[in-house]
Amino acid sequence: MQLPDAETLFKSLAKKIQSDCDKDFVLVGIHTGGVWLAERLHQELAITQPLGTLDVSFYRDDFDKIGLHSKVKRSEIPFEVEGAHIILVDDVLYTGRTIRAAINELFDYGRPACIRLATLVDRSGRELPIAAQYTGVELQLPADKMLELKREANGKLSLNLYDKSLAE
Amino acid sequence: MMNRNPQLDENGVLQHLLTTEGLPASVLLHILDTAESFVGVTERDVKKIPLLRGKSIFNLFFEPSTRTRTTFEIAAKRLSADVINLNIAVSAQSKGEALLDTVNNLSAMNADMFVVRHAQSGAAHLIARHVRSDIHVINAGDGSHAHPTQALLDMFTIRRHKQDFHNLRVAIIGDILHSRVARSQIHALTTLGVPEVRVIAPKTLLPKMVERLGVHVYHDMAKGLKDIDVLMMLRLQNERMQGANLPSPEEYFKYYGLTPEKLSLARRDAIVMHPGPMNRGVEIDSAVADGKQSVILSQVTFGIAVRMAVMSILAGNQA
Amino acid sequence: MKIHIKNGRLIDPKHGVDAVQDIFIAKGKVVAIGEAPKEFQASRVIDARSLIVCPGFVDLSVRLREPGFEYKATLESEMGAAVAGGITSFACPPDTDPPLDEPGLVEMLKHRAKSLNQAHVYPIGALTQGLNGERLTEMAELNDAGCVVFGQSDGLLSNLRVLMQAMRYASTFGFSVWLRPQEISLTSDGVAHDGEVATRLGLPTVPVCAETIALANIILLTKETGVRVHLCRISSAEGLAMVRVAKHQGLPISCDVTINHLHLSDMDIGFFDSNCHLMPPLRGFSDRDALRQGVLDGTIDAICSDHAPVDEDAKLLPFGQSEIGATGVELLLPLTLKWGMEMRLPMLKVLAKITSDPAQILGIDAGHIAVGSAADICIFDPDHYWKVTSTAILSQGKNTPFMGMELPGGIKYTLVNGQIVYER
Repeated sequence: MQLPDAETLFKSLAKKIQSDCDKDFVLVGIHTGGVWLAERLHQELAITQPLGTLDVSFYRDDFDKIGLHSKVKRSEIPFEVEGAHIILVDDVLYTGRTIRAAINELFDYGRPACIRLATLVDRSGRELPIAAQYTGVELQLPADKMLELKREANGKLSLNLYDKSLAE
Repeated sequence: MMNRNPQLDENGVLQHLLTTEGLPASVLLHILDTAESFVGVTERDVKKIPLLRGKSIFNLFFEPSTRTRTTFEIAAKRLSADVINLNIAVSAQSKGEALLDTVNNLSAMNADMFVVRHAQSGAAHLIARHVRSDIHVINAGDGSHAHPTQALLDMFTIRRHKQDFHNLRVAIIGDILHSRVARSQIHALTTLGVPEVRVIAPKTLLPKMVERLGVHVYHDMAKGLKDIDVLMMLRLQNERMQGANLPSPEEYFKYYGLTPEKLSLARRDAIVMHPGPMNRGVEIDSAVADGKQSVILSQVTFGIAVRMAVMSILAGNQA
Repeated sequence: MKIHIKNGRLIDPKHGVDAVQDIFIAKGKVVAIGEAPKEFQASRVIDARSLIVCPGFVDLSVRLREPGFEYKATLESEMGAAVAGGITSFACPPDTDPPLDEPGLVEMLKHRAKSLNQAHVYPIGALTQGLNGERLTEMAELNDAGCVVFGQSDGLLSNLRVLMQAMRYASTFGFSVWLRPQEISLTSDGVAHDGEVATRLGLPTVPVCAETIALANIILLTKETGVRVHLCRISSAEGLAMVRVAKHQGLPISCDVTINHLHLSDMDIGFFDSNCHLMPPLRGFSDRDALRQGVLDGTIDAICSDHAPVDEDAKLLPFGQSEIGATGVELLLPLTLKWGMEMRLPMLKVLAKITSDPAQILGIDAGHIAVGSAADICIFDPDHYWKVTSTAILSQGKNTPFMGMELPGGIKYTLVNGQIVYER
């Protein structure tokens, strides 16, 4: 299957956000792919407020099944969440569970004025009533495949498709 | 069967935290790295996360210790677990109920985790070996054997201040013989690659063949503190004056108490640690305990994050 | 009952016999070895082909737990276990509750044991009243009641004057005194050898000098009083060296070691295995190796089981709080054989350590096979290996560091006074 070029998707995503958002908003990226995207958007859109990052491991709903195996990164929210206009950034929107966890975590920092969601790819398969306001592309992918964003040493982003069984 | 490390399952996954001995560096580092994320949580306005919601953690304290129990309690509550404190020193045990009966009764109350403090070395091992396989045991201090969470929070504090373990000289000073903290510190330090660990104490407070644990033995503070980066003081219990271990607190303080003068023998940027509670004027001078090289208060703060890390890693590791 | 044991390999260490010879038993005694007596009509023929026929074993320390500790074990269970281990005579320490310090208690024990018609029981009389090391017991009276020797078991003596007087008094009547050398003031709450393992595990210790200092006292008091002394449960290389010197000086001293100390060291404690909570504590590798050598060179006269059945609850405790001791009667032969095989010793020499040598220490006519002597005999298969499990062990005590191990030596028959008291 031919995957779209991540750099092209990024440019279109950035443009959508820029044309829609006039307010003073802040970016929060979700580890790991979401943080790469948020860093790029932060630069591209010349946002003055510092960038926030979230590792939602402590808020996941599958902790009982998979535990805390991977290295958990520290969440950094270097601005006042109370009353903030936040754009949450993630690489792929799939079941919606990661976004649920991220929203929960954000609320433990304060009560934001609003949260919007930007994702590079929106693949079908939602299990929660969650939708993205900004997306690079919508894709239909088989359930046994996993889509992942990669970043090369020169910072170039690309999309990769794996068999879920191999990713475990 | 008795010789397999009872903390790890067949796949090397941590099921209980009983001692720092025999754990690979990767397991210790995973705990420290996870604790870093929890430090972030403890600095927020809302210090609670939902990770262990619905889990029951029993603090089984067969030996009273309000201080240690409280840090475990705070850690568990910040993880949203239900915490049940049992001060068994004054309840079941005095009625002659056997240790394992107490444990079995509590297991039947759908416990997920036991935090155990006991005056006998090996008590946590015994419980870990006999609990239902889905229950995790954390040793919060057993006799003179081990106190792994204290040692881990000490490692966390050292890493925060010194970044790397591989170029450090560390001295542990005081009652090594009776100290579960010292034993756990020694194993953690050597596992994490500290090239030189020293113990400094009079001969009456050193166990036999302690050098086999990988430490260098000193009896003289002036020699032992030279070039030291980290000083780990131990609490000297008053009862050590009985039993002919030491003549008096005064003499101990004169020769082994950490004063600004003795501290000046170590490296200029050396840090001073103490597991608490301190006996000021016995093992440590107030000027040092409250001085700028002291990191004793940050040890207390980090203690909560480290215990949160241990609890969440164990709870996430299914048997 | 007339019994003919045929085709067996007879090994009798006392008389230096190791040959295939038949034995003929009548009226509880051995009536002939080799050729059948005239007109001998066996009512039972035991074919002992490829088996070893030897004197029933003599064990210098078997706790029956009666009176006082029947919840740990009973006379019935432990007497049955003893013959299942091929033991036909044994000494039992006075550490019952109450201790064996009154003739009535000793008579009762002897009577109860005799009625079971199994192994011969030789109670060790308490050296001091209540074993508390203050007042002497009525040793002569106790002797009349059946005590052959006197000891303190684990009730260590703190007062040297009491010890000296007890030894003097015993020597008046020619009684032996059995002492476990361990200085009480150096023992306190110790549960493990003072070495690397105790240091790692944070266990309180019993240093080697607790043994050597006590030994020095006992050796000097032996010289002073002239009493015959048996040293129970030697545990250290240094202690052994002192015994060697004392024996060379011609002092009337003997000593024993347990099957556990012959094979194990403090390393076997592993992660607080309470089955290894023994007293004296398991010591270092070099101590264990010295003990193995000490039995070989004769410094150690006998191997004993130091049988101490403990109820399961008493072992399911943190190491330091768990009860001391291990079951042993059924492991005496297997672990003695294992030692002999590892040391590459002839069977004659190996079996001496659990037959003729301990019999001599106890001063009884046992541990050998001779025409006219009581037919106390054990028949076993040296090539049979069995796994130590709680069902394989008949003793009520299921606690042993050897649980789960495969050991050599399967007992086929045990005879006491010409009666088959055990067979399988």
